Amino acid sequence: MLKYIGKRLVLAILTLWVVITVTFFLMHAIPGNPFAKEGTMPQGVYENLQRYYNLDKPLHVQYVMYLKALMRLDFGPSLKSSVITVNDYIKNGFPVSLHLGLQALAIALTFGLILGVIAALNHNKWPDYVSMIVAIVGISVPSFILATVLINFVAVEWKLLPVATWKTWKHTVLPSISLAMMPTAYIARLMRSSMLEVLGQDYIKTAKAKGLSQSVIVIKHAIRNAILPVVTVMGIVTANLVTGSFVIERIFGIPGMGEMFVKGIFNRDYPVILGSAVFYSGILIFLIFIVDISYSFIDPRIKLTGGGK
Amino acid sequence: MDPKIKLSPELFQPYYDNDKDAEKISRPSISYWVDAWRRLKQNKLAMIGLVIIAILLILAIIGPYLNGFTYYEQDFSKKNLPPNMEHWFGTDSAGRDLFTRAWYGARISLFIGIMAATFDFIMGIIYGGFSGLKGGRIDTFMMRVAEILYSVPYLLMVILLMVVFGAGLWTMILAMTITGWIPMARLVRGQVLQLKEQEYVQAAHTMGAGSWWILKKHLIPNTMGPILVNITLTVPTAIFAEATLSFLGLGIPAPMASWGTMTSDALAAFLIGNVYQLFIPAFLISLTMFGFNVLGDGLRDALDPRLRK
Repeated sequence: MLKYIGKRLVLAILTLWVVITVTFFLMHAIPGNPFAKEGTMPQGVYENLQRYYNLDKPLHVQYVMYLKALMRLDFGPSLKSSVITVNDYIKNGFPVSLHLGLQALAIALTFGLILGVIAALNHNKWPDYVSMIVAIVGISVPSFILATVLINFVAVEWKLLPVATWKTWKHTVLPSISLAMMPTAYIARLMRSSMLEVLGQDYIKTAKAKGLSQSVIVIKHAIRNAILPVVTVMGIVTANLVTGSFVIERIFGIPGMGEMFVKGIFNRDYPVILGSAVFYSGILIFLIFIVDISYSFIDPRIKLTGGGK
Repeated sequence: MDPKIKLSPELFQPYYDNDKDAEKISRPSISYWVDAWRRLKQNKLAMIGLVIIAILLILAIIGPYLNGFTYYEQDFSKKNLPPNMEHWFGTDSAGRDLFTRAWYGARISLFIGIMAATFDFIMGIIYGGFSGLKGGRIDTFMMRVAEILYSVPYLLMVILLMVVFGAGLWTMILAMTITGWIPMARLVRGQVLQLKEQEYVQAAHTMGAGSWWILKKHLIPNTMGPILVNITLTVPTAIFAEATLSFLGLGIPAPMASWGTMTSDALAAFLIGNVYQLFIPAFLISLTMFGFNVLGDGLRDALDPRLRK
């Protein structure tokens, strides 16, 4: 067990290192200079700026310096602002994104699981068809289109909910729904097929033969087994929620990490892009690590032997 | 013997009867693909998907020539027109014909989707096939590398690569391939590992079949099913990623059109009340996603011999 956790941990750290390294060198491979766009600049100012951001040093020295700073959780300064560092951006943006992501995850899990279970229990009857049509529409319609439509009708035309800032709970409803739709559909489909498979198993027949009630069979026997594949994809679903929020945060004007990342791209603010990419990946790799480990606790049939198949 | 018994020569006719064929399999033998196609045809939803894709492909080819406008021609005296006899889908804020742009965009979007899927397929076959055939330490190492790369969030990496390479059609396809080939490689490798241990492959070896013969007759046909499903589901993922990138302003440079850039352009028009401009690309993206997703699902069911009735 410990050996398995250790192996996963080493792999997670290795992954994070690869991400940091690749992103770092990608950012520095971009032709041109971050300060080239600032118009005419006296040579002295330019040199001072270069020195201040350590851009005058050789690349490998910069790389080592960046790694050392990361060890202290220091993501470096922003190129566009002399007072706000990348750490400040993260400190301000991350709680907002986390809030949005968790709300979307809660919606996706609740509705995805309910839809999936209902569909499986009514296999090839109308509730099944309705749930699957909802799921297919959910997968087919891009979140930014849903978001625009929701803003136009719910917020602007009918004035039911406010949008375009991040103040009260009411502001969070529409972004969370837009963000949650895709994972909801994904979880619903997965849960349905997994449920169908479990319902055909012998132990379900045994439970029926013992005379257990339908609700006990569904809750204690079917769902508990059927939910395992959903747990496995939670890492990926969370990743989708996080990266999906780039667009959602932009549309709704939410001051989160995604908005900061996109702004960084528009401003060509490389430390911000680099910092948020590293931070994102760190969070995601950590989440996938947790999911991998927790999977073995949830399903006792899985033996932790170290190597994967 | 009694000479009175009359034995007519007819009794000594050779036995040419049809009964001889009683043991013969009278139905034509059905290959895997014919069988899969038969089952796919029974799946109404998948056939709808196939028809939608076919229509979209045809319109992508002929659509831009149908009404005599070009995708880049601007006419500021006719901007933001609703659909009419001259401009079938109306015009956008620069007075460009939306019907022509929609199908020109279909070309670009479908091209990106199909090229990304093709490159993923090629990379996946080479990497996964090599890893699976070699086995042992090489396999473990190659799969660890793939696993690490796979932990990097897809959209994040594509965005980073687009920032580095600059916006453009081929850079977008390249960025998608760099991050997208891993699931395919893992799939191929898993299939090859599983298949090369099968008795019929060993039997073929024993009977002196060469590697090429085994690859051609046993490995490829048996691997194609899941791969085909994966390809079908890669296309919508790529189209979706393209739309998201274009939405963030990292897409195809103007005046070229893709559904993503059209959505992004239409947003401004949408907010001042020109709903149809957003509706067209949004509907087309959703339709394409729907078509490929249901076709992929249908293929998965049709190609799975376990579901054979």
